[in-house]
Parts: sequence; C-alpha cells; structure tokens
Amino acid sequence: MSDHKEHHHEETFLTKYVFSTDHKMIAKQFLITAMVMGVIAILMSVFFRMQLAWPAEGYPILEKFLGKWAPDGVMDPNIYLALVTIHGTIMVFFVLTGGLSGTFFNLLIPLQIGARDMASGFMNMLSYWFFFISSVVMVISLFVSSGPAAAGWTIYPPLSALPQAMPGSGLGMTLWLISMTLFIVSSLLGGLNYIVTILNLRTEGMSMARMPLTMWAFLVTAVLGVLSFPVLLSASLLLVFDRSFGTAFYLSDIMIQGEMLTQTGGSPVLFQHLFWFLGHPEVYIVLLPALGITSEVVSTNSRKPIFGYRAMVGSILAIGFLSFVVWGHHMFMTGMNPFLGSVFTFTTLLIAIPSAVKVFNYLTTLWKGNIQFTPAMLFSIGLVSTFISGGLTGLILGDSALDINVHDTYFVVAHFHIVMGLSAIFGMFAGIYHWFPKMYGKMMNKNLGYVHFWITFISAYGVFYPMHFIGLAGVPRRYYSNTAFPMFDGLVEINELVTVFAITGAIAQIFFFFNFFYSIYRGKEAPLNPWRSNTLEWTTPTQERIHGNWPGKIPSVHRWAYDYSKPGADEDFISQIVPIKKGEEEH
Amino acid sequence: MTTFLNFLIIVFIIIGIVQIVRIIEIVTKLKGPQEKITTDQDNRYNALAMLIVGLGFTAFVAYSFKLWGHLVLPDPVSVHGEGIKVLWDTTMMLILITFFITQTLLFVFTYKYRGREGNKALFQTHNNKLEILWTSVPAVVLTALILFGLSTWNKTMVPDTTNAKVMEVYAMQFNWTARYAGDDNQLGRAHYTLIGGVNTLGVDEGDSLSHDDVIVREIHLVKDQQVLMKFRSQDVIHSAYLPHFNVQMNCVPGMNTQFAFTPTKTTKEMREDPEMIERMKFINEARAKKGEEPVEFDYVLLCNKICGSAHYNMQIKVIVETQEEFDTWMAEQETFKTLVSSQ
Repeated sequence: MSDHKEHHHEETFLTKYVFSTDHKMIAKQFLITAMVMGVIAILMSVFFRMQLAWPAEGYPILEKFLGKWAPDGVMDPNIYLALVTIHGTIMVFFVLTGGLSGTFFNLLIPLQIGARDMASGFMNMLSYWFFFISSVVMVISLFVSSGPAAAGWTIYPPLSALPQAMPGSGLGMTLWLISMTLFIVSSLLGGLNYIVTILNLRTEGMSMARMPLTMWAFLVTAVLGVLSFPVLLSASLLLVFDRSFGTAFYLSDIMIQGEMLTQTGGSPVLFQHLFWFLGHPEVYIVLLPALGITSEVVSTNSRKPIFGYRAMVGSILAIGFLSFVVWGHHMFMTGMNPFLGSVFTFTTLLIAIPSAVKVFNYLTTLWKGNIQFTPAMLFSIGLVSTFISGGLTGLILGDSALDINVHDTYFVVAHFHIVMGLSAIFGMFAGIYHWFPKMYGKMMNKNLGYVHFWITFISAYGVFYPMHFIGLAGVPRRYYSNTAFPMFDGLVEINELVTVFAITGAIAQIFFFFNFFYSIYRGKEAPLNPWRSNTLEWTTPTQERIHGNWPGKIPSVHRWAYDYSKPGADEDFISQIVPIKKGEEEH
Repeated sequence: MTTFLNFLIIVFIIIGIVQIVRIIEIVTKLKGPQEKITTDQDNRYNALAMLIVGLGFTAFVAYSFKLWGHLVLPDPVSVHGEGIKVLWDTTMMLILITFFITQTLLFVFTYKYRGREGNKALFQTHNNKLEILWTSVPAVVLTALILFGLSTWNKTMVPDTTNAKVMEVYAMQFNWTARYAGDDNQLGRAHYTLIGGVNTLGVDEGDSLSHDDVIVREIHLVKDQQVLMKFRSQDVIHSAYLPHFNVQMNCVPGMNTQFAFTPTKTTKEMREDPEMIERMKFINEARAKKGEEPVEFDYVLLCNKICGSAHYNMQIKVIVETQEEFDTWMAEQETFKTLVSSQ
C-alpha cells in the first residue's frame, strides 16, 4: 500500500494544498477549478440567450464584458459563435468531464474500494495540473484580439482550419487546440490511474461483484476515456498540421475569400469520423458517472437495495460497449453511404434497451422505499426524470430517416442538453451535496439546497423543453439571430420564455455557490455517517484529514453495498465492513 | 447608473440569503438537536412539491402540443416526406406513451413512498421475471422500430432516379447558387480551379455538357417532378436544409453529395392552404409588432451547418410551380455558354 511515511512528514502549505498527491485534495482542486470554469460558461449562455430573445437590443453589460465585440451592447455575430463554442467546450470537457470525473473519481475510488490512495499519487497530481494549465490556456484564449475559437465545440474543418473563414479560427483556435491537448493528457493520466486503482487496490473482500455501482460506472467511464481520447488527440494533431504546415488531411478543393488553396485530396468528413469516435463515447463519459452517483444516492436515500444490481452492471457495460459503435449518427447528413447510416441507426437505437433497463430499475428502487429527500436525492430524482425525457427524443435523432429534418436544429440542442447536460449536472450536484461532508467534514445547508434544486429543476425544463418546438419549427442551431427568416418570426415569445428561464436558472446557482463556500467555513460539523450509508468511505473519520484514508488497518469487506432495510437487522443499513451473521444470507 | 443598480441588487440578494440562512439556523437550534438530517416534514414538503411539479410538467407536455403545435413545421410536402411522417407519428406515439407512464410512476412513487419515521423499506434485490420482461419488451418494440426506420431510410436515400431532373446547389460563404442541367439533363464538369470572373461555380467551358447549363440565384422546382439535387461547396462545410420537404444534405468541399426528392405542393397551393393562411396571419402579426412589412409564404433553402459570421442569414428562395410555369421561367434564363461568351 501507499507509503506510510507521509503520516509523519510535516506537510508544507505547498505539498498540502498545491502540489498535493492526496486524492482527496486533488478531488477538491478539480471541483473548484471546474466551478470557476462553470461560472464562465453559465455567464456565456446568459449572454447568448439574451441575444436570441432580444436581438439587436443594446445591453451596457454586454459591452462591459465583450468590449469591442459588442459595440453599443449589441453582440457581433462572430462573438456569438465564439460564445456558443466556448460554452459547449467548457461545459462538456471542463465541467462535466474534468469536473465531474476529476472530482468524484479521485474522491471516491480509493475510499469506496478501500485503498490508501490512487495507484500513483504523482500521476494523479500531474493529471490535475495538466487540467489546470489546460483551463488557464482556454481562459487566455478568451482574451486574444481575434477572439476565441468559434467554429462550434465540434470544430469541424475547414471552418476551424482556415483563419480566413472566421476570425475565431486564428490564434483562438490554436489556443483551443493546445488547451484540448493538455486536457487529453490530463484525462489519460487520470484514466489510467483510475483503472489500475480499481482493478488492483481493492481491499480484502471487495470483489468486483461487491463494488458499489459508482465504482462500476467510474471504471467503465475511465476505460471509455482511455480508449477514445487518444483518437481526439490524433484528430487535433492532424488539424494542427493542416492549419500550420500546409498538409491536406481535411482540406480539399477550397477557394476561400477569393484565395485558392493548393491542398487537395483531404476529407473534412475524416475529421468528423475521428472527432465523433471520441465525441460519442464522450457523451457517456459525461453521463455514466452521473448515473453511478445516482445509483448510490437513490439506493441510500430510498433505504432500499438498488434494484437489479447485476442488470445495472450489465447495462453500464452494454452502454459502454455500444457507445463505441454509434458515432456515425452524428453524421447522417454528411453524405456518407446510406448503408452506413442504416448500421448506425441500428446500433444507436439498441442503446435504448440498457437505458430503459436502468430507468425501470431506478423506478423499482423507489417503489416501496422510505425515501429521504436530501438535496442529493432531489437532484437524483431530477436526473431520472431528465434522463427519461432526453433519452426518449434520442429515438428520433438516432433514427436516420427522422433525423433528416431535425438534424442540427434546436431539437438536437434540446435533446442533448436534457439527456446529457442536465442529467450530468444534476448527477454532479447530487454528488456534491452527498459527499460534501466527506470532502470538508461539514454539512451543507439543506434548506438552501432545496431552494437551489427547485429553482434549478423548474428552470432547466423551462429552458430546454420549449426548445423542442423551436427545433420542430425548423430553426437551425448556432444561428446568431432568427430575424433573417419570416418563417421564424412567430417564435419571438417562446424564445423570450426560454431566456427568462435561463436567467432564473443562472441566478439560482448563487444559492449553490453561496451554500458551498459558506458551509466550508461555517457549516455544521458532519457526523461520521450522515446519510447512514453502507459504503466504505463513511467508515473513516472525516475530521482527521489523514493521508492514507484509514487511521489503522484498512477494513475488510464482507457484503455488498446495498444491505438497506434488510430484515433481521437492528438498523436500516448494514455497513459493508460488518461480517455476515450466522444464518444470514448474502443478499 | 444601471451597473450600480445591478450591483446593488446582487449585494441585496446575497445579504438576503445570509439572513435567511441565519434565521433557519436559529430556528433549527431552537428545535433542539436532531438525530436525522432529513425530517418527516422535509420529506412531506419535498414529496408534495415533487408530485405537483412533476405531474404539472407531465401535464404541461400534453398541453404544449395544443399551445405550441402551430409553431411546428407543416406536414412535409414531398413524396418521401409523407413516408417519414408515418414513421414520425409512430415513434412520437411510442415516445409519449413511455414518457407519460415512466414520469408519472416516478413522481407518484416519490410522493407515495416518502420517508416517514418508523417506516421500513421493502428489502428487494431483484426480480428476474420482471427484469426479463422489461428488457425484452423494449427489445421487441425497438426491433420493430428499427426495421420500420431502415425501410423508410432506404426508400428516402436510395430512390429510383432514372426520371429525375438534375440540378446543382452550390454553397459558399454566405450564399447559395443553383445550376440547372439544361435540356441534356447533365451537368457540365466543374472544378474549383476554374473559378473566376462570371464563372463563379468553376464550371468547365471545355465540357460541352456545360453549355446549356443555367446558373441562377433562385431555386425553381416542378410539382410532382423528381429532382436530383447535387451539392458542392466552395469553402467550408455548409448544409442545404429544405425544412418543408424533409430534405437535408451537407455540402462538403472536395466532395459531391446529393439528395433526390419530389415536391408535392406548389408555392401557390401552399399560399392558398387554409392552415397556412392561419400561420401566415400569426407570423404577420408578429412582424407588425416589430414594425416589419407583412410577407407571403415562401419555401426556403437555408444553411444548417455552422459556416461563419453570416451563417444565420445564408438562404435562397425556393419556388415550386407547374411544369408550364417552370418552362416559361427557364426560357428566360441565360445559358452558361452565353453567360461566358458575353463576358
């Protein structure tokens, strides 16, 4: 196990808070960084929603934030595209991948499997610092004079490859690519570590079949990341070559702004294949950890075992596997062979089966439970609701024939924000409320948590539900304004409604941020096991921030994590470290 | 001044929160120490809120079709679009049934099984019969849906085009150009290196097939006549989206893509359709509010792939008309040969 010397080492400020190799500190570093990035992304979404609801209206606040990009407070189309691009990039990669995985994988993996730390604490530290530098580069890119990257978060070439095509494809795109490269390095360092730790450092008795579902979800997510992020790295590298060294991987037969380019023989569609080979698993890299967290939170707070543990593990594995063979459904309209479209339709719709199993299992877990409405539980229930709502529209988008008319419209925006954006962020909130006591030894204020959940939940649906109709009206995404087409003139009110909810939802996050930071310093002391949970992390004292996790010997595990309300037990939970009694059946 | 006021509002909100938290803390202290973190009262209120908000949302979804249904595009006016419509309605029905059942169960369960002191949950780990049931039912339904979808997709994407009229839609930042194949129904060769002067599409003058090609800035289609649209792009990826016809295809530099379809309603017929008159009334009322002139219905082809600053305004008018009207219009157009020779 990890070196015990650390216990006796006098830790300096630098080794404890900055270059820490303790997984619990690294988790907090990831979380705080992601929160800062999240605020930037939320603010951006408020800005572009204002533009969509009340185009051409001048807002002094926009001029303050965007400067020359919003003369007299009216946003420039180029900065609109930059805002949606960076909003997407930050949310997908920095908040929901780095933030969600980085925080909870680091915090929970060693604690829930019974390890002293990650397999390599040093690699773990590197992983955070690459993430940090990547975030800094991304933020710096917001300040370059030609503007940040603006070709959409999917950065399709040639638009992203040619500075002549849009200002954002100049230095802004270079910085975007540098930032993403650093991010991928961070993700790989973290991912390898997570996999190795889960496979090798489980405590005595913690067989794979006894692992909490969080661990299963995290393991599969880490595998997805390790297998798919390198592909994005190579895609980005080829793009760098095309941009800077005159190669033609993605470029062919282009005349741009009167300039005839010499590159021929490349294919822009190749980039899309490479991008979505990461891009689709990425959706599940974002979603699976949230589902894992939810499984744990729903079971604990229903005071019931998670229903169908084996089916849950099976569906995580099935989703993980299928996520690698569906990327083409993002490309139905690229002109690829219709037969290929058929294959991707087939594989895509199959994902609905394990997803349905998960939903039914959540519902049955709630059935005849004794549900404790903690803020974490509320967010988990919210997740189940958004996972259903958003997942169902996937049946339309994944069906190539139906996709023709909704591809790249607001219908897609509604779909993926609900199924992956909201579900993942709800999972992340659930995780934060649930494990805050573990992170800081304090309780978050539950009433503020309730206020936060209710405003967020209502605003979230308020923002994204009406967008389905905007999409069905034929409005393409990434349109700076809907005013150029008479056929969209009837959508003014519905767009205003969406923006009002977006602003309300953004303001509601103040409750969360305030609660979070206030509770770190002034929160009530947390009891050892506040949610009366079975998993291992609640068996070690929080207040003593020990590097090594357990003061003495690491406890051995004797049962699965879901013995809630087991008949014959004194209490409605039995920790995993309690030996099986004589005559007691193991679930 | 506004900045200052905004700042004040934020300060007040924060002070407000702090005060609320203090009050809550004092009240909690007065109530004495608590064993449990969530009380029965918390459970009751939140469960009730979950029931009301959850079922409220579910009910709103049902109502929204009435409320916003008129915003949705009219039924597709193309032959393949009619097939897609059937698939769409079937899928939509399945989705809505599943949505209402699962959401209702979710919110009813959370309300009904809210935690109460002294209650004990049921210890239930799995139920193979149930699990097999709800794995196999979606599997069967999805298989049917997949087969239905694939047959529609194949009919749409791989139609018989022997009698189709050929034309090209050419994309560049930020406009569209149409090229008709002329009497020979064959487009002349084109290459980006040939772009120059009036030859904005890089059509090859040396290719005799190009001589009768016609280049225009408006798309005219003939009712009930299949058209094979071929797409090229000059600079970045664009996407030709004809929402009314259920047609979309990316235009990719260095690559040829195509989509064949048959329009079934002329622009004139659409303008006379009572439902469309209603829609246009609504749209023109909205335009009047903005101080803009009323408009008549028109089909449009718009760009649906991010392509730069004026992406939001990259469009070309589409007119569907009878064969006679089309022929009259076409006769007035200049062929590529005369266009180049007049240079």
